Amino acid sequence: MNELRKQILLYLEKNSRVDLSELAVLMGTDEVTVANEMSAMEKEKVICGYHTLINWERAGEEFVTALIEVRVTPQRDRGFDKTAERICHYPEVEAVYLISGGYDLLVTLEGKTLLEISRFVSEKLSSMEEVTSTSTYFILKKYKDHGTNMFRKNKAERMLVTP
Amino acid sequence: MRNPLSKKAVSIEPSGIRKFFEIVNEMPDAISLGVGEPDFDTPWRIREEGIYTLEQGRTFYTSNAGLKELKTEISRYLERKIRVSYDPDEEIIVTVGGSEGIDLAFRAMLDAGDEVLIPQPSYVSYLPCAVLADGVPVVIPLNQKNEFKLTAEELEAAITPRSKILVLPFPNNPTGAILTREDLEPIAEVVKKHDLYVLSDEIYSELTYKYEHVSIASLPGMKERTLVINGFSKGFAMTGWRLGYICGPELIAEQMLKIHQYAIMCAPTNSQYAAVEGLRHCEEDVHRMRTAYNQRRRFLLHEFKRMRLECFEPFGAFYMFPSIEEFGMTSEEFASRFLREEKVAVVPGTAFGQCGEGFLRISYAYSMEDLKEALGRLGRFLDRLRNGGIS
Repeated sequence: MNELRKQILLYLEKNSRVDLSELAVLMGTDEVTVANEMSAMEKEKVICGYHTLINWERAGEEFVTALIEVRVTPQRDRGFDKTAERICHYPEVEAVYLISGGYDLLVTLEGKTLLEISRFVSEKLSSMEEVTSTSTYFILKKYKDHGTNMFRKNKAERMLVTP
Repeated sequence: MRNPLSKKAVSIEPSGIRKFFEIVNEMPDAISLGVGEPDFDTPWRIREEGIYTLEQGRTFYTSNAGLKELKTEISRYLERKIRVSYDPDEEIIVTVGGSEGIDLAFRAMLDAGDEVLIPQPSYVSYLPCAVLADGVPVVIPLNQKNEFKLTAEELEAAITPRSKILVLPFPNNPTGAILTREDLEPIAEVVKKHDLYVLSDEIYSELTYKYEHVSIASLPGMKERTLVINGFSKGFAMTGWRLGYICGPELIAEQMLKIHQYAIMCAPTNSQYAAVEGLRHCEEDVHRMRTAYNQRRRFLLHEFKRMRLECFEPFGAFYMFPSIEEFGMTSEEFASRFLREEKVAVVPGTAFGQCGEGFLRISYAYSMEDLKEALGRLGRFLDRLRNGGIS
């Protein structure tokens, strides 16, 4: 990957709301170049979206996240893909990963209550033909998410002026 | 009661910015573009190593010159970065910040009346440290038209039969100027011709943009007449750990070590262990910080251009040195008014030598958010000055 693309991506990953003219200044190039690179990367699905990291707990919303390990019987020709794709279609599913180790798929799920999540696991996930077992872990507290520390940082203690 | 003070100590002027600092520190609601240290936390790996070594009870003195492990890592690092090899046993001394190295070098090398050539604007310590070591500071005023680089001609013109040490403070605080290989070569020739020594303060060596840092010690025939100062404060964001080092010919290092041994004993043990981790594993962190500084540097350049504030493009450290000549005020008047009217602290150029008159040092060791706020206020202030408005 060229260096400009990499720098654009690294910046956007943390500051997706930066405006185009500012981003161009920071990258040491012009707006047209940045805009072209960005739209090319959007088309190539290198950039898959511009999301917002939200601390729902602080927003005062009820919110539960669960990690679910799913063991799946792989299917002829399709392996795990078909099952994974079926799971992906549910809007409450946040992420689906194929993983190495004791389980096959790791599913993260978001819901309003524990009950909602356990219902999804028992009614939708476990009942799938290829799914042989699941184990569910509820997330109790997020300390760091998407590379961002969720705890409050101490105020900087630098002196105002130093030589 | 008899006078308790030494004439030499009294003769040294308090740092030019001290008065200004005092005003600033009485304004708790002021924001600042005035600091000379990174805004980043020390990389976590380094902090964690510091904590771990405390837990391990590694709280004793180290040998005077520093931990063997650390000196070895420093030697490897310098080999990698400036392509000069130093013997960890004889040519490297770990110091309390880069600042101690300045003091050591002068005290080990100067006899009464020896002249020290000090290009200015530059860091505040060289001149008083030279005086304390009985040296005679000779200031070489640098010129904006050369983008505050030292030229061979300027050096040549300042040399007398008593000249002994040239201080080479690049990448420069406060101007952000750097010297490339092409800039250094003619300087090295003059240094050799007049049999001078060089004290090359390379504390900002990790922070150069567009051009790689080049040390004068790497030029032919220069290692044996150069002391290189470096440290962890700027590149590794470790100011409060107080850790630096000085490298140079064994003949000089031996004498410096004696002074260091009697005055300091050894650099902080905890910081030394932490720094080993930094040199081994934190190249990525340093790179990440450098990238962020470079983005801010571009942002400031762009904003200055927009405000029509005259400034050359600096390629090092984390400072800009814009000219405020058009406003007909001294640097200190400008800084005081800006502080009073907009509550933003910047450092008057004169804090770094008389030739800094007409300039300000603006630091970009701040988050983009802080920079935007401060620059917004600067723009407003400039508009008011240009429209002849009095607030």
